[in-house]
Amino acid sequence: MRLPAKHTQRLAVLILGGATALTLCVLLFIIFVVLKTGLPVVNLHFLLDNPRDMGRAGGIFPTFVGTFLLPLVAIAFALPLGVGTAVYLTEYTRETRITHIIRFGTDCLAGIPSIIFGLFGFIFFVVSLGMGWSLLSGGLTLAIMVLPTIIRTSEEAIRAVPYAYREVSFALGATRWETVLKVVLPNALPGIVTGVMLSIGRSIGETAAVIFTAGSSLRLPRSVFDSVRTMAVHFYILAREGISNENAYGTAAVLVITVLLVNMATYWLMHTFIARRAR
Amino acid sequence: MEHPATHAIPRLQVRNLNLHYGHFHALINVGMDVEDRRITALIGPSGCGKSTLLRSLNRMNDLIPGVRITGEVRIDGVDIYAPGTDVCALRARTGMVFQRPNPFPLSVYDNVVFGLRVAGVRGKETLDAAVERSLRAAWLWDNLKDNLYGSALALPLDQQQRLCVARLMAIEPEVILMDEPCSALDPIATAKIEELMLELKKQYTIIIVTHNMQQAARMSDHAGCMLLGEMIEFDGTQRMFTNPRDERTQDYISGRYG
Repeated sequence: MRLPAKHTQRLAVLILGGATALTLCVLLFIIFVVLKTGLPVVNLHFLLDNPRDMGRAGGIFPTFVGTFLLPLVAIAFALPLGVGTAVYLTEYTRETRITHIIRFGTDCLAGIPSIIFGLFGFIFFVVSLGMGWSLLSGGLTLAIMVLPTIIRTSEEAIRAVPYAYREVSFALGATRWETVLKVVLPNALPGIVTGVMLSIGRSIGETAAVIFTAGSSLRLPRSVFDSVRTMAVHFYILAREGISNENAYGTAAVLVITVLLVNMATYWLMHTFIARRAR
Repeated sequence: MEHPATHAIPRLQVRNLNLHYGHFHALINVGMDVEDRRITALIGPSGCGKSTLLRSLNRMNDLIPGVRITGEVRIDGVDIYAPGTDVCALRARTGMVFQRPNPFPLSVYDNVVFGLRVAGVRGKETLDAAVERSLRAAWLWDNLKDNLYGSALALPLDQQQRLCVARLMAIEPEVILMDEPCSALDPIATAKIEELMLELKKQYTIIIVTHNMQQAARMSDHAGCMLLGEMIEFDGTQRMFTNPRDERTQDYISGRYG
């Protein structure tokens, strides 16, 4: 039995469209609930004041700063390492057993729960290397956590650059390194940026890996060796310890808006960049 | 004829060139002499090794895994496969035009100066001058002088292909290798490229791989006919097309296979 083409077509549009709509609805609903509960306490003082009484009163300024700094440190380490690995895997080696093992390793790394990274970071960076609960320990831990994402997305982006571009570059007398630098990476940039964006998103929202490594100090960090608290951790502590539900949701609202703004800014940057390159 | 002095010494000599892709013997004892400021055409049915031969002349085959090459390729008497050869410098001396126009997704200007920038040339005046000179040499200056910062990908195909030629002109190669440069172009665009080649021939040594017999016949001074990895005949084009020595050349030229 076969339905007429007209009907199957309609059915497909209905089902696929429905799935899309449902996804969007869930997303909008979550954002709506968080903003509705949280926004009433958010004002300029909430953003710019220091927390008082463990966060029961006052604002969230230090956690706001921590939320920006920690992913920054993580990306600063993960980007060169990840893109370097991706370039090595795609441009400098052939497919061998070793590249398969490396790829398998990064995939395994991607599947590890973040709490494990947190425990590892605690044992290795915080205790063994004596970095303490700090921006640096947290940043390095997050860097390891997002490394697989950056490697994978960069690798895919690099593979998507047409071979013809590399060929011309070589034929014009460029070395492999010059080709990577001037042809491959610029053309792979949108993909690499996408990976970085995903990583920043994950880092901003991470709690388990952060709370064990960056600590939860409510003071503003003065160096990378100071402990910081991110908004996500702040939310977790406020809600779990029952300190203040209002301020917890206020923090969540700011967190959600921050993530949206970061994504929008990145998209905008990416589009203007692509537009400038190939008008 | 215009350059009797250069007639005796071949610009490029290939001797006993053998190339294996893994177990496949792609070039078998190939030899040829290419004269300076002439167009030499390589013809033969698909898969006969003419593109492979072309790519052996600027060592582009080195990039393919599992390639083994023996024999000699001499440019101005120097073996380019000798140990210690600077392959990048070699490739800059032997520019290549590919089958499909392949400008970078950059502006016209950035495309033309790509090779110069790689070679470390800086300075706006120098680069500007090179862009004008190269685009003039590829007959694109009048078309593009007001659009130097527009995307190269927005150009019509024949202009893209001439831009690829201009990109070579900028690094001033000595030999130009063309791998079926017109196969993606329509007849009018092809005519423009051919006209350009005749102009370039005054200064450059050109080797072209082509599937188009008429093109080989009207453009080239010398021609080599290849079959199954062997150079079965290498001669003056006129002679080869009117009175081929090898029966197989005769068959190919007259369209009996290919």
